[in-house]
Amino acid sequence: MLVNTIHGEMDESLLEKKEGGFEDGNEKTTWVEYWLDKDLVHRSAHVTLKAPPTVVGEIQEF
Amino acid sequence: MANTQSVCTSFLAEVMQGYHQFGQPSLTSRTSLTSPTNDTFKLALYFSSATLNASTTAYSTTGEVTNTSGSGYTAGGATLTNANTPASTNTTTTAGTGYWTPSASASWTSLTVSTAWNCALMYNSTQGNRAVAVYTFADQTIVAGTFTLTMPTNVAATALLRLATT
Repeated sequence: MLVNTIHGEMDESLLEKKEGGFEDGNEKTTWVEYWLDKDLVHRSAHVTLKAPPTVVGEIQEF
Repeated sequence: MANTQSVCTSFLAEVMQGYHQFGQPSLTSRTSLTSPTNDTFKLALYFSSATLNASTTAYSTTGEVTNTSGSGYTAGGATLTNANTPASTNTTTTAGTGYWTPSASASWTSLTVSTAWNCALMYNSTQGNRAVAVYTFADQTIVAGTFTLTMPTNVAATALLRLATT
């Protein structure tokens, strides 16, 4: 598989792949990085928003 | 049957659709008075150092993400796909939620931004770039990659924009 990098497209086999993620009540995030030696040459991230704040409406009694 | 004081839940969705007009705003024409077109809503990204919050009234380039290299991000952000009609649902006789979520994710490809960002502003680009909502998430950086914001499920409990009564 070819990976888009700062050096152009490179074969994935030439790169070190790292994956990770983060999750809390607000979001679920995953990311993937490709490294060439000690250089980060690609990083993508995917954020899924879970439940953004609600706007609450109220009415006033007479 | 007793009467119960409450904001009507259907009103919450109808506000999002523009059924009710309390004031006399200067609007950009929606082509027809009786069958108006959708406004265009966009999502712009902001650096973690920006100061967007509830007092934000309109889209601004101040603090907006800029490319470290390349042209993956364009000022103004991405247009949100607006194929979902706002809906509403009651949970009790006094509580309900009107809600709406864009019908597709927002995505930026071939992106390189090395300064961290953690914020997205949804705004109405048809009506003077008026602000709708500010969303935050963990700091992000992208190198020659793709940044995708997947929308939450379009139901009352999780939709991207929710107006509720309690």
